[in-house]
Amino acid sequence: MREISFIDATREALTAAMTADPTIFVVGEGIGKRGGNFNTTVGLYDKFGPERLRDTPISERGFVGMCTGAAMTGTRPVVDFMFFDFILDALGEMINQIAKIQYMSSGRLIMPLLLRGCIGIGNSAATHHSGSYYPIFAHIPGFRVVLPSTPYEAKGLFTTALRSPDPVLFLEHRALIFNKGPVPEEEYTIPFGQARIAREGRHATVVALASMVPKTLEVCARLEAEGVSIEVIDPRTIAPLDIDTVLQSVHKTGRLLIVDETFQPCGIGAEIAAQVTDQGFDDLDAPIRRVNGVHTPTPYSPPLEAAVVPNTDGIERAIRDLLAE
Amino acid sequence: MLVIRRCEEQLAKSHAAGLIHGACHTYVGEEAIATGVCAHLRREDAVFSTHRGHGHALAKGVPPQELIAELYGRVTGCSRGRGGSMHLFSPEVGMMGTSGIVGPCILQAAGAGYSFKLLKKDNVGVAFFGDGAANNGAFHEGINLATIWQLPVLFVCENNLYATEVPFAAAAANPNVGDRGPAYGLPGVIVDGNDVLAVYAAAGEAVQRARRGEGPTLIECKTYRTRAHSEGMRDAGYRTQTEVDAWKARDPIMQHRQRLLDQTIATEQELVALEQEVEAQIEEAAQFAKNSAWPDPATATRYIFSEASHA
Repeated sequence: MREISFIDATREALTAAMTADPTIFVVGEGIGKRGGNFNTTVGLYDKFGPERLRDTPISERGFVGMCTGAAMTGTRPVVDFMFFDFILDALGEMINQIAKIQYMSSGRLIMPLLLRGCIGIGNSAATHHSGSYYPIFAHIPGFRVVLPSTPYEAKGLFTTALRSPDPVLFLEHRALIFNKGPVPEEEYTIPFGQARIAREGRHATVVALASMVPKTLEVCARLEAEGVSIEVIDPRTIAPLDIDTVLQSVHKTGRLLIVDETFQPCGIGAEIAAQVTDQGFDDLDAPIRRVNGVHTPTPYSPPLEAAVVPNTDGIERAIRDLLAE
Repeated sequence: MLVIRRCEEQLAKSHAAGLIHGACHTYVGEEAIATGVCAHLRREDAVFSTHRGHGHALAKGVPPQELIAELYGRVTGCSRGRGGSMHLFSPEVGMMGTSGIVGPCILQAAGAGYSFKLLKKDNVGVAFFGDGAANNGAFHEGINLATIWQLPVLFVCENNLYATEVPFAAAAANPNVGDRGPAYGLPGVIVDGNDVLAVYAAAGEAVQRARRGEGPTLIECKTYRTRAHSEGMRDAGYRTQTEVDAWKARDPIMQHRQRLLDQTIATEQELVALEQEVEAQIEEAAQFAKNSAWPDPATATRYIFSEASHA
């Protein structure tokens, strides 16, 4: 199969969807002629024109609120945030309006709105261009929160997002977006709420999210040489969360580690651990462990930055500790 | 106007009687604005409004019984009991929602304008908001976006002089919101919001411009709410009785009634008959609401997501 990058995969999905559905339009800063800071829309302006590839002023709250009204009146907006940190200026529109309008209207309005942006620590992006924040949105009723880890998942999940009647947050980790991988040329969808078993194993289960998936797989390949067999689960979406796949895996392995770049307190790892304790307590042979990014604003300087992100050594240590329990 | 007034009076009574379970912000004194603007709108035109939105809902075509039932928390309410006074939704008639947050309606109306433009429809988006919203960032961002993209939108500012209880004079140095229009590059019109025909004329021009693809208009309607900010709230300490009485003397319904008589458009008997008819209609609506069923508690989590997405 041919290999393309994560971003190219999303652009392929976007192009196909925009060709088939004339109600889709994209807004964002520099997503018109320029094609987006991360090449999310390269070539689309020439194909679809300025009304459907709309460069905006730096008015995040404004265009998110505007797209809310558009989604209520027959079109399907795609908001390209460049960096997901910028979404915080629109948080009120998101939580008070976008997440609640279907409910408040008792299901007579839909909210087909896709919000995408780059997340993740790296490249000395510093603290206003490296936030992830996805557990916040998984906490709020009304959002679909998508975290693809490969180009294949990116295309399939993006296509699903562009057909969803619900608001979708599509989060693209900076460490993943230029990675290449096999992607079918034809259109396909991946349903929300269906985890992927990224690697089968017998001794322990690791749930890894976004950029932590390839890091964990690298560690598991190293451990395999010693005869240690780890199962790796990539939830792909955290809202909805496919806890059943995690429970089935823990039933087999008896041990669970959750590896996530976002903060530990009140995080998605805490939620997964609580649900597994609640529904799979008898399967556990050891306490559930978590590896997270450090609970701090992101520092700039490379050695400081490296100190706050989970790395392969830390993941390996955590797996070994878990197996020793 | 009369339907809105009687409905609001009914709701105020119902609030005092304990039939309304949450907030109730009435539109008494401001009826000319919703009436004058919505008279130009078609069902497919999209209205977005505020916490003081009963009048907008009624003028856009939400039946009084659905409004009253919503405030009573009944399943027959326009939001099926999920909204209440501040969250009135009736997309079937183009009432796209009122909001307990000041400002978002401005942005959402711009978004409806974006849809209509993209879909090549000659419909318009309308935002009703108060003077309080005029000092919110949404006003700046929404009006700027609608103007740069020439979206078919009416921004209707109902300047009732107080944001809750903070006087507009303490919140903005320029007393005229309409003056801000030219700074953004769109027409800014100032009208007497208690004169239904003045509002009707200004809105008519703005709606026609929008339908012709000539962009948005900002209309400031000078008005006053004569009841408390919210029913049951202490209405003292921020305005004088003299001021309230002066505005009551300029009541939009009373003024228009007098005009109809003066210009012999209607007779006293005709007007009385009309008033009695509306009175009976609202009483019947309230009775309908009172007799309506409560929503089933088992459905409390229904509609968080589209039901189509579970298929």
